Amino acid sequence: MPQRIDGSGETIRFTFEGREIAARAGETLAAALIAAGETTTRASVVSGAPRGPYCMMGVCFECLVEIDGVPNRQACMIVAEPGMSVNRQKADEVAA
Amino acid sequence: MNGYDVVIVGAGPAGMACASEACSAGLSTLVLDEQPRPGGQIFRDIEVSDRKRRALLGKDYGEGARIAGAFRASGAEYVPGAVVWNIDSAKRIDYSAGGRSHSVEAKSLVVATGAIERPTPMPGWTLPGVTTVGAVQILFKTSGIVFEDVVLVGSGPLLWLAATQLIAAGSPPKAIVETVPKARYREAARHFGKALPAWRYLAKGFAMMRAVKKAGVPVHRDATDIAIEGETVAAAVTFAAGGRRQRIETAHVALHQGVVPNQQITRLLNCQHRFDESQRAFLPVVDESFETSVPGVFVAGDGAGIGGAKSAEMRGRLVAMRIAEKAGRPAGEAAKLRAEIAKDAAVRPLLEALYAPSADILSPADTTMVCRCEEITAGQIREAVALGAPGPNQVKSFLRAGMGPCQGRMCGLAVSEIIAAAKGETPSTTDYYRIRPPLKPLLLSELAGLGAEEPREAAE
Amino acid sequence: MTNRTADLVVIGGGIHGCSAALQAAMRGLEVVVIEKDTVARHASGVNAGGVRRLGRAYAEVPISQRSMEIWHRIEELVDDDCGFQRAPQIKVAETDADLRDLKDRAAHLRAMGFEHEVVLDRDELRAHLPAVSEHCVGGLASLEDGFALPYQTTFAFQRKARSLGVRFAENCRAQQVERIGSDFRVTTERGVFTGRKLLNCGGAWAGEIARQLGEPVEVEPTAPMMLVTSRMPRFCSAVVGNQSRPLSFKQMQNGTVVIGGGRRGRALPDTNVSELIFSELRQTAETAMAIFPIMRQATIVRSWAGIEGRMPDGIPVISPSSTEEGAYHAFGFSSHGFQLGPGVGEIMGELVATGATNAPIAPFAITRFTPGP
Repeated sequence: MPQRIDGSGETIRFTFEGREIAARAGETLAAALIAAGETTTRASVVSGAPRGPYCMMGVCFECLVEIDGVPNRQACMIVAEPGMSVNRQKADEVAA
Repeated sequence: MNGYDVVIVGAGPAGMACASEACSAGLSTLVLDEQPRPGGQIFRDIEVSDRKRRALLGKDYGEGARIAGAFRASGAEYVPGAVVWNIDSAKRIDYSAGGRSHSVEAKSLVVATGAIERPTPMPGWTLPGVTTVGAVQILFKTSGIVFEDVVLVGSGPLLWLAATQLIAAGSPPKAIVETVPKARYREAARHFGKALPAWRYLAKGFAMMRAVKKAGVPVHRDATDIAIEGETVAAAVTFAAGGRRQRIETAHVALHQGVVPNQQITRLLNCQHRFDESQRAFLPVVDESFETSVPGVFVAGDGAGIGGAKSAEMRGRLVAMRIAEKAGRPAGEAAKLRAEIAKDAAVRPLLEALYAPSADILSPADTTMVCRCEEITAGQIREAVALGAPGPNQVKSFLRAGMGPCQGRMCGLAVSEIIAAAKGETPSTTDYYRIRPPLKPLLLSELAGLGAEEPREAAE
Repeated sequence: MTNRTADLVVIGGGIHGCSAALQAAMRGLEVVVIEKDTVARHASGVNAGGVRRLGRAYAEVPISQRSMEIWHRIEELVDDDCGFQRAPQIKVAETDADLRDLKDRAAHLRAMGFEHEVVLDRDELRAHLPAVSEHCVGGLASLEDGFALPYQTTFAFQRKARSLGVRFAENCRAQQVERIGSDFRVTTERGVFTGRKLLNCGGAWAGEIARQLGEPVEVEPTAPMMLVTSRMPRFCSAVVGNQSRPLSFKQMQNGTVVIGGGRRGRALPDTNVSELIFSELRQTAETAMAIFPIMRQATIVRSWAGIEGRMPDGIPVISPSSTEEGAYHAFGFSSHGFQLGPGVGEIMGELVATGATNAPIAPFAITRFTPGP
């Protein structure tokens, strides 16, 4: 499991697939999800295979999630905010 | 629309230093950067990391605080969270910030978008839990996140740096699986003498290797045929080394085969590029002041060829000096800076020879997925070539390779290498995808709202 | 420099050049295609892929019908399905005035003897397009049209032609065209090609070839802009246009949505560069969202523009040369040539091989641009 080397910092909460996730204020959704052990953030639109954050710098587009109903958002580029409702981007929702 | 003497895209060491120098020459300067805070990837979150984290990340990371401080004090306009999605031939820049698009015009454009990690296609590299080594570092820098079981796989200085940082944090990697062939050390050794002027890098390298040894991290050298196993997430990494097949169980694998210039903007602007055999990557063609073949478009930092953070800072300053000089402003002493840049670069031939990408990565097996977005395999690319598709753009049109949301960033170099090998030509001849806007995906509704500028700009 | 001789030299490796070369080869001619870049480099490889009879200039309807017949059996011709999907083409009316214009057109076509365009009332429109905006009042449809993948199609024509012996000289720009005795000689940057017959399929670059043949015409280079979204839930199985605003809209099998329709970017044919003009493309985005409200959720992943040639009257030149016997033209398709490719290729193959055709190509004569006496 991932660990945090320092315990300090303000904590905010958002939900991922309905589960409450704690994030440090100012960190990205992807970092908070990885810290919480959630490495799968989307399903491939081609095969449905699970995918997760790969580059953490906005390049690979593997961490696409749906945030408050808006699809195709990059979890590694968006700072977690209190109350966000985040869901995996599912293959059957984006293509038949 | 607002206009600036200089618009800089990217707030890493090159962009920040360029902005500081441009401002001190009296040039109106705007910096656009995707991240919420300056630093780029190398100095990610330098302004907010605490003393403890900085100590763990090492002295070179701390250097970023000085550069960022000067940048903040420079007077440059700075828009964080700005996603540049188009630049046209008149240097009009469209960017998205705060949920809507804005446009600015630049007399000179500085592309300071740095480097991305080289695509590393191998079996299982799309499984959740597999990341780049850079991603591991970013998680550490921004959130203090470490993994007790991470296995670092590949080659390059970053592999050793990440290992050292994780060791310092008390969470050493489970293993290092290095792909550098044994013979490479002999080949690279001939560059050793020439690298001595940059002895600090060599000393740092040896120190990192000693730290790994002292921490007792298992290092598997000359590894080949690497694969990541797992059903829905990564479960193990397997490889051949020491004459036998080996398997290490882990849920976290970090891959690295060096970094390469991020070409998206220079390709979009139709700047000339060349394939550099030593860096094994496409570089924009630049003059001694890092101006591209498109007048007024400069590349500062790793985007013009990998040189590292220190070089990026110096190159950023040099670019600003040249822009100031062209604008008739007082400019600093360029000759001395050029000499410094050259001295700093003395270590590159050694590093490039030693850490050249592994053969397995350049020539993946037919069944290995190369384009992650559209799930196109190396075999499909070779088949398209056999049918007569002459280059990357035809392969893209035919197979959809490079057509997904990453817009070819994660497969482009691998696709060019595979086509070049299949046709028996150099990547220079094969060339690369044409890059089309938007540079990053854009909401249709945001495009529809384009041009409805805010009153402040409309009044000008 | 090598001398090569063929029965027919085709200038231009787009859909029309490849299709005509294939048809000429099927008639036993020895053919060489010379192409300044690579096959399908410009509009033929990157157009919106509409296979549309709907809404064509009346003069084009008969040849478009003929081409459509080939599209429906395209795999038999080129051994590749070209990604062709049969689908309705529908032009949406946003106002009653638009719908009246569409009804008039359908009546005109019926008088010409063509029944393929049918008027859709409000409910019928929704039966075909459940996601269409509430305000749309009806439409005009051609139900047996469709769409295809442009690069795959042009590449398939090239491969089939090559399998029948057609040679392709790519990265080989035609610099000079001249008549030498009974032959045409084409001087290129990679040597000289001679042929008994010459076919100009040069697209945006065809005007220069016509000029060298002594029949100058004005071919305006244009770059119609297109964009594609990331994958979306399936909501549209027709290709959709609009009666009063430029639009070409389709959802591909994989869920991506391709939107074009004629807003033009900047075409720079000398450097092969086309540049997007987003202040123009903005209107395309607006129109798409107006017709399909679901598009407010759409994300654009790429936009592009292929360079092609537009004639002053908006219809192509499909014609024997008026100055040099044995020379022919098929160019200037003015942003709607993709569907015509298979049919016009067949007509040109016939013309080149036999010197005549029954196809009604008189409206496309190059002489229509000749200044009067």
